[in-house]
Amino acid sequence: MIIRGGIVYDPANGIYGEEMDLFIEGGRIAEEAAGPELDASGLLVMPGGVDAHSHIAGTKVNTGRIMRPDDSRMGTEPRNPVCRPCTGYTVPNCYAIGYRYARMGYTTAFEAATPIINARHTHEELEEIPILDKGALTLFGSNWTVLECVRDKDLAKLAAYVAWGLRASRGYGVKIVNPGGGEAWGFGANVKGLYDTVPNFDVTPAEIIESLAKANEMLGLPHSIHLHFNNLGKPGNYTTAIETLDLLKGVQASRMRQVVHIAHMQFSAYGGTGWKDFESKGPAIADYFNRHSHATMDLGMVLFGPATTMTADGPLEYANSRLLHAKWANCDYELEDSSGVVPLVYGRKMPINAIQWAIGLELALMTKDPWKVIMTTDHPNGAPFVNYPEVIALLMSRPKREEEIATVHELVKSRTALPTLEREMDWTDIAVMTRAGPARILGLEDKGHLGKGADGDVAVYNLRPDEIDPSRDHALVKAALAKARYTIKGGTLVARDGEILSAPPGRTYWVDAGVAEADANRLMADLKDKFDRYYSIQISNYMVQDAYISHPNVIRAGLQVREGEDRSSHALAREA
Amino acid sequence: MTEDVLCTFCGCLCDDLRVEVADGRVQKVRGACRLGASKIMGHDRIKTPMIREDGVLREATYDQACARAAQILLEAKRPVLYGWASTSCEADRKGILLAEEVGGVMDTTATVCHGPSILGIEEKGLAGATLGQVKNRADLIIFWGCNPAEAHPRHALRYSSNACGRFTPEGRSGRKVMVVDVRETRSAKNADKFLRLIPGTDYEVISAMRMILGGKADVVPETVAGLPKTQLVETVEIMKNARFGVIFFGLGMTHSRGRYKNVDNALSLVAELNAFTKFVVMAMRGHYNVAGIGQVMACASGYPMSVDYSRGAPYFNPGETTICDLLNRKEADAALVIAADPASNFPRSTVEALAEVPVIQIDPFENPTTLLADVVIPSAIAGVEAEGTAYRMDGMCLRLRKLVDSEFPSDEAILQRIIDNVRRLRA
Repeated sequence: MIIRGGIVYDPANGIYGEEMDLFIEGGRIAEEAAGPELDASGLLVMPGGVDAHSHIAGTKVNTGRIMRPDDSRMGTEPRNPVCRPCTGYTVPNCYAIGYRYARMGYTTAFEAATPIINARHTHEELEEIPILDKGALTLFGSNWTVLECVRDKDLAKLAAYVAWGLRASRGYGVKIVNPGGGEAWGFGANVKGLYDTVPNFDVTPAEIIESLAKANEMLGLPHSIHLHFNNLGKPGNYTTAIETLDLLKGVQASRMRQVVHIAHMQFSAYGGTGWKDFESKGPAIADYFNRHSHATMDLGMVLFGPATTMTADGPLEYANSRLLHAKWANCDYELEDSSGVVPLVYGRKMPINAIQWAIGLELALMTKDPWKVIMTTDHPNGAPFVNYPEVIALLMSRPKREEEIATVHELVKSRTALPTLEREMDWTDIAVMTRAGPARILGLEDKGHLGKGADGDVAVYNLRPDEIDPSRDHALVKAALAKARYTIKGGTLVARDGEILSAPPGRTYWVDAGVAEADANRLMADLKDKFDRYYSIQISNYMVQDAYISHPNVIRAGLQVREGEDRSSHALAREA
Repeated sequence: MTEDVLCTFCGCLCDDLRVEVADGRVQKVRGACRLGASKIMGHDRIKTPMIREDGVLREATYDQACARAAQILLEAKRPVLYGWASTSCEADRKGILLAEEVGGVMDTTATVCHGPSILGIEEKGLAGATLGQVKNRADLIIFWGCNPAEAHPRHALRYSSNACGRFTPEGRSGRKVMVVDVRETRSAKNADKFLRLIPGTDYEVISAMRMILGGKADVVPETVAGLPKTQLVETVEIMKNARFGVIFFGLGMTHSRGRYKNVDNALSLVAELNAFTKFVVMAMRGHYNVAGIGQVMACASGYPMSVDYSRGAPYFNPGETTICDLLNRKEADAALVIAADPASNFPRSTVEALAEVPVIQIDPFENPTTLLADVVIPSAIAGVEAEGTAYRMDGMCLRLRKLVDSEFPSDEAILQRIIDNVRRLRA
């Protein structure tokens, strides 16, 4: 395939709006190619979008669907010769997820939290999502084996468990949600800060986070730890955020990337002592990121309208449901974590919601380096992902922000810095925040750029970057980003002007990390005991089978022990 | 001996069975309850596909039966595809695709089982946990309107009353077990406390408990549905003082007067108890994969049961798109029944309506529905003769094993052949 004459933004390769032809051969970007030609003359061209944090598959998502038939009724689209039928807005059915991302020019999305024990469910759903390449992050932050390894200061065994857990869940990276809190929630309690002891386990969240970060780097995983802070969603929690970030300053990255990615930063950038004096600490957080380079964040942008909050932070969802008198689903997983789901509506005249909305924008606009701050709405927690064009339009246009500020609760003017922010992002910023940045943060080498050998994932938009002024023409920007002129996935034209033309299956990424045999053996003896005594299923039925990943893309990491090599001399054993 | 085999009987989905296989047949099942062992051993198989001609079922080939099934579904204006709880999720997904292709209504056995519970969850959500959480943590277990001693025989030992775990090393002796029911069942006899309800008074009793929990005991009358207030106050105190409490509820709650409102009320009670202590709640699902069809349907359509595809897009309105209502209104004009037996379980008038329309049955075993079927297609037994996926009552997703080869095609393969025929006939 040849894409002719587009204005290409490929910041990972230092290309900032150059007129270029693109060639895709065998599903990858090439120097020349045969086949059909697409005319993109003068149009905006970027790599396919990459969403690094979105709740798209698994028990939480399906619980959201089951408890919200009202939501499923929104967004109903009948089947057609190419597409299965679609339902839902905040909790779309599996088909709608694939088609709607593809319509916007997105070709990759990662599920943000899956417990090992029910990862099979997650993969059952990921398999059903058409078009997208995907992966799932695996929950480790309240896992008994993790807590015990941390308590015993046995980093080698912890790394062995992380490797085993990723393989068991066919997971891509280490997700930590309210570390220790999920275990405490098993008896209805929570941890209140970094140095609060997890009941019955004699460890603190600080120790859990630091140990998992070190284990992550010992294994050289493509992604860093992916962290949902303690105290998320509470007024005054920005101090927990900064305290936690400081904790990780000393950890050495094993790859050219951050040592910690902060999930949905907006929900942890709150000041105030309670809801009455609730205020933004977005500027303080952005300032921290401007001064440090060991961490990245995604926005977790809130937009006004319906959302369905879902997270492994079980106590947070309980608190949400009581605060909002909303219906509440909870699911705690034996030995591993908790989770909850609560639907809500963000109102522009609600002071707290309006401030939350502003914080997301502050974080993006005040963090100078777009490689450190990528765009998400923490779908569907802050808003459904179909609203990404709205976020981009807000980031690119101060007039649009001013129009919005005039309609939201007036406290935005006194409790946030948003009205003073002049910055208007350009297409390079946007290409970084929605493509190059998330791919680099996840460690996806073939995604988020258009260099030779990259995946043939390309988005062409009905926008002429040389002619329009996004600041003034923000409505045009928003409309064009919602329906890509062309979305190309792996060299196949999958969508044109919002119409899905084909729906090939995507691939699932997972990480297979090797560890020293001695550590693996120590671990397995311990796990066998856990399964005999505590788990309610057998170890032989636990691991996700290959049958659930029909198009795998396995990334190797950890110790790649070659035959005949002295295993004990490996880095893992030495560092331990 | 095959180890760690999953039991394809009830919603416990036990995964620790040992099965002896010799000469291509299951010889012995170890570690299962009697219900599970008898299911896996098998009985009275349907031997060949059959098509009814002149009122008599006559042998046919799979080609003929699948073609006839496709023709029936295509000729119908309002076909219903029903069952799905005792087969694999892979078959269920094919069923959804077939329903989309023929514009049918996809409904499951939940509709006559825990359907009201699902409506209750739509109203209130559900504060749940996996069965392993109960095993490791629960010191108070309440069975409300269910009788696991007879319906889920290994539940107590594996997951609940008698299970030992990290924080429950004493098992049964460290726990309080309470049963709420209208009669003294075997489960009630094994309980520490039995609350006997007058049939149909669940709603009143739960409401009174919520009042007491909310500090409004003074306005609760001295007796509620025949139970003395003091007993209810005492029960609520026990609940509040538990370290980890759980209510398992069954059809005694969901199908007595009040139906989904009972469940709604119970879910609210549990949510409110969390202000005092940890409390969770779970439906005692019946068939081994009835939870799975709900999950698969929700993922594919947004709704867990009773989905009408006649408009091309999923539409869900229980009472309208539920199979018993469609049959009662004489709206359904064909039915595909898979892994279920509506002739035994539906109300009489609906069975009569079913008998009047063409019925396709896919099942390994003969059952009363076979008597009114027009096309009968025998299939391999999922979890014995075919692999696949099933979800336990707590949502735990597990892989069914294939133990022996079978001369019969799987449900999934049969449905694919019907889909192929539908596409061929339409083209």
